[in-house]
Amino acid sequence: MPGTFASYLEKLENSRVWRSIFRSGRGTSTLHNALAIQQNVFLHLFPTKVRKRMLGLGATWYLGTLTLGTFIVLVVTGVLLMLYYHPSVPLAYSDVKDLQFAVSSGLFLRNLHRWSAHAMVFLAFAHMFRVFYRGAYRAPREFNWVVGVVLLLLTLLLSYTGYLLPWDQLAFWAITVGTNIASAVPLLGDKIRFLLLGGNLVNANALLRFYVLHTVILPLAAFLFLAVHFWRIRKDGGLYVRESEPGVKAKKTSEEQESL
Amino acid sequence: MLDRRDFFTKLGLGSLGIAAAGTIAFYYQYLSPNVLFEPSPIVNAGRAENYTVGSVTLDVNSAIYLVRIADGYFSLSAICTHLGCMTAWKPELNQIACPCHGSRFDREGKKIEGPAPKPLPWLKTWISDDGDLMVDRSAIIPPFQFLRV
Repeated sequence: MPGTFASYLEKLENSRVWRSIFRSGRGTSTLHNALAIQQNVFLHLFPTKVRKRMLGLGATWYLGTLTLGTFIVLVVTGVLLMLYYHPSVPLAYSDVKDLQFAVSSGLFLRNLHRWSAHAMVFLAFAHMFRVFYRGAYRAPREFNWVVGVVLLLLTLLLSYTGYLLPWDQLAFWAITVGTNIASAVPLLGDKIRFLLLGGNLVNANALLRFYVLHTVILPLAAFLFLAVHFWRIRKDGGLYVRESEPGVKAKKTSEEQESL
Repeated sequence: MLDRRDFFTKLGLGSLGIAAAGTIAFYYQYLSPNVLFEPSPIVNAGRAENYTVGSVTLDVNSAIYLVRIADGYFSLSAICTHLGCMTAWKPELNQIACPCHGSRFDREGKKIEGPAPKPLPWLKTWISDDGDLMVDRSAIIPPFQFLRV
């Protein structure tokens, strides 16, 4: 006799393989729900419990989540673009042109990468303004604000290093101007410019260095700081609740103790 | 009195410190290229008599201006002293203008307006044995020391 879908699902979820991966097993008790979050390597960064109201649009406008969303879009489209792009002086410009005109969906992927990059900068700023004006940067969340500033800098550096890769006039002069700004650093300025460019001119070495920074070093740093950023939300007592909101202040201390 | 445990702790931390300093030096040296495939600073600007009196000629490949005046020649760097963009000669204005942030210079390199902090540098200019005008882009000379002919 054929079973229902639910019974097959139950059988699967009770199987040894399933239980070896998802240890918490079946169940809808608070304990099961908490374990499902705690025992997942990705979800354990987040609090096991959140106030239902904090999941609504009004609490955060989802600005942080949307920033993460654009970052994920950028990683996926960026890796796909890397399959057709050579970071070399003779090929870089024509590869980008090929992506626009010869590669199937290349135009779509490149534009998605470009617009997501713009959106990520905008959303990161919007997220910071929201956090600032709500006062969510205050104790005990000061350190997470600092991590956020580092993430903003990484976002801007990713934008800047990606700027050179099309190797057109705009890219060349933008990086000429930008690295000359770096050379205004007292004493070390010219050395910093030399190390950034791998020479005295915006040339093959500079293109390769910016490519490696853009595709490896800065994204890895961003992943690292993102993980700390999310984990700190949990450690700092969950998403920020404004103390002036009714019914919050009285309960706050005991709840905060729990979520720590 | 330093006991044995302190001694080894200090020895260990000291060695780690030396290793860390060595690592920084290693990275710095590795990231500074020793050989660069960059063009020579010395530019051959062609026959001197090809430049007519009163002309300002930009060579976009070497980013220099060659200026022919009544009694000689001089050359200026075409790289804006603000943030390194290449300037252009505007004959209708009798000025050198930077497209990036709007600095303007006269034909002697003196700033007229804009954010450029310094005038355009004068470059060492001479005539080779073959009669070609030569410019050394790495040799900045004081202004108004032009090549008299």
